[in-house]
Amino acid sequence: MRHLLSTQDLSREDAVRILDTAEEMAAVGEREVKKLPALRGRTVVNLFFEDSTRTRISFEAAAKRLSADVINFSAKGSSVSKGESLKDTAQTLEAMSADAVVIRHWASGAPERLARSGWIDAAVINAGDGTHEHPTQALLDAFTMRRHWSRLAGSDSTAADLAGMRVAIAGDVLHSRVARSNVWLLKTLGAHVTLVAPPTLLPVGVEHWPCEVSYDLDAVLASGVDAIMMLRVQAERMNDSFFPSTREYSRRWGFDDGRLAALDALGLKDTIILHPGPMNRGLEISSAAADSPRSTVLAQVRNGVSVRMATLYLLLSGDLRRTAPTHGVRAVKIPVEIPETAL
Amino acid sequence: MSSEATAAGSARTVLTAADIDRALTRIAHEILEANKGSQDLVLLGIPRRGYPLAQRLAGKLAATDPSVTAHAIVGQLDVTMFRDDLARQPTRAPERTQLPVTGIDDKVVVLVDDVLYSGRTIRAALDALVDLGRPRAVRLAVLVDRGHRELPIRADHVGKNLPTSSFEKVRVRLSETDGADEVLIEAAQ
Repeated sequence: MRHLLSTQDLSREDAVRILDTAEEMAAVGEREVKKLPALRGRTVVNLFFEDSTRTRISFEAAAKRLSADVINFSAKGSSVSKGESLKDTAQTLEAMSADAVVIRHWASGAPERLARSGWIDAAVINAGDGTHEHPTQALLDAFTMRRHWSRLAGSDSTAADLAGMRVAIAGDVLHSRVARSNVWLLKTLGAHVTLVAPPTLLPVGVEHWPCEVSYDLDAVLASGVDAIMMLRVQAERMNDSFFPSTREYSRRWGFDDGRLAALDALGLKDTIILHPGPMNRGLEISSAAADSPRSTVLAQVRNGVSVRMATLYLLLSGDLRRTAPTHGVRAVKIPVEIPETAL
Repeated sequence: MSSEATAAGSARTVLTAADIDRALTRIAHEILEANKGSQDLVLLGIPRRGYPLAQRLAGKLAATDPSVTAHAIVGQLDVTMFRDDLARQPTRAPERTQLPVTGIDDKVVVLVDDVLYSGRTIRAALDALVDLGRPRAVRLAVLVDRGHRELPIRADHVGKNLPTSSFEKVRVRLSETDGADEVLIEAAQ
């Protein structure tokens, strides 16, 4: 692996390797000295063109626990607001000899551009680009599910995948890079994925994705799921009315108290509820659901640091110049912004 | 000589299964003698082959001293993240670090590895230990010492001193990891 741009070009072997490494990294977080010297002298730049709390903090904590130096860069208050291009910003980072660039950008495909353009030599990690992908989020979701299921089975999670697991991803799929990354990664790991959303919040071409699609959350729950992932309604990306009212949305596609009770009634006692955060409580998820023992929201944040440590370690340790680039630099089709007429 | 060793051609068996067992029995007694008993002993094996060796040593300690519970004093110490050659080698996946429930604070930690060569692995292990606690003393037990040290490190307990050329390869095979117990020397290719 040279870059981590998308979960589409992660093989099962690569994905399991990242999760297994993350498992060892998680053990470090439970120790008194939460630090490893593995990336001493390496520089990681957090290049954030879009607001973020947990992803940036998570990457920063991950890099610091591996003893790397961290430079945080956010577009606000930088020369980007004076009109500096991505290329010039990237070359500035190159001149400062960054070893890895963690990039979040509002434009789908920006990390791909950075990785393939030859502007910089550093490893590029996609921390969310537009409505395209957010691979480390999908990896931490998979990690959370794998841990939960292997604890249920009483087995060691190392080397396991998610074969046979039923995962429902519900909500604003159209604007969700988390959903896209998860669909591909969960498929690679052998899980069965069902997307649940109002028709207006499903992207064009979703029928070609390796998953099932439903408009009815209750029917999907009734069919039995091992994990349900609620997506945030991304009001900041919505420039049109995608559903009649927030009330109607929460009643039909939100995980409310009634559906929480329904899980018990259906006998799904081990089903977990995931949410990538930040949560709109009362809209896509009710407070009771978010704070219930089924919710893994805080575990996801904790696991995020471990997964990002694993990613940074696997990308940055080892002699990059001698190992041939394998995955990550393959051409990936970037989804085009959906024209409104298509909806 | 096993069929694998014959297939390797230039490989020469230097320790048989019986030799390995005798060496471990002697090391177990040496550990008890040096420690004046079994109190506060913790055996930490370095992956991969140090760990099964540590388990076997603990078994032998328990056989000699009934107050020892073998599984309660054995752990595994991964040193991958502390190596000084991380930037020069292909990426290595870390292994699990698992300490006995008693921890290592104020214990006598015996590091166990299969082959002592440059000493760099042990250097990394000492660094890893510092982050996990503060043992009263740290000792080193190895099955084979093949010389060519690059750091001022020596073993307290050695199964066999094996003078080698740095072009040769010492291969330790254990039944837990490789299906058979033997130590081979392979000539340079």
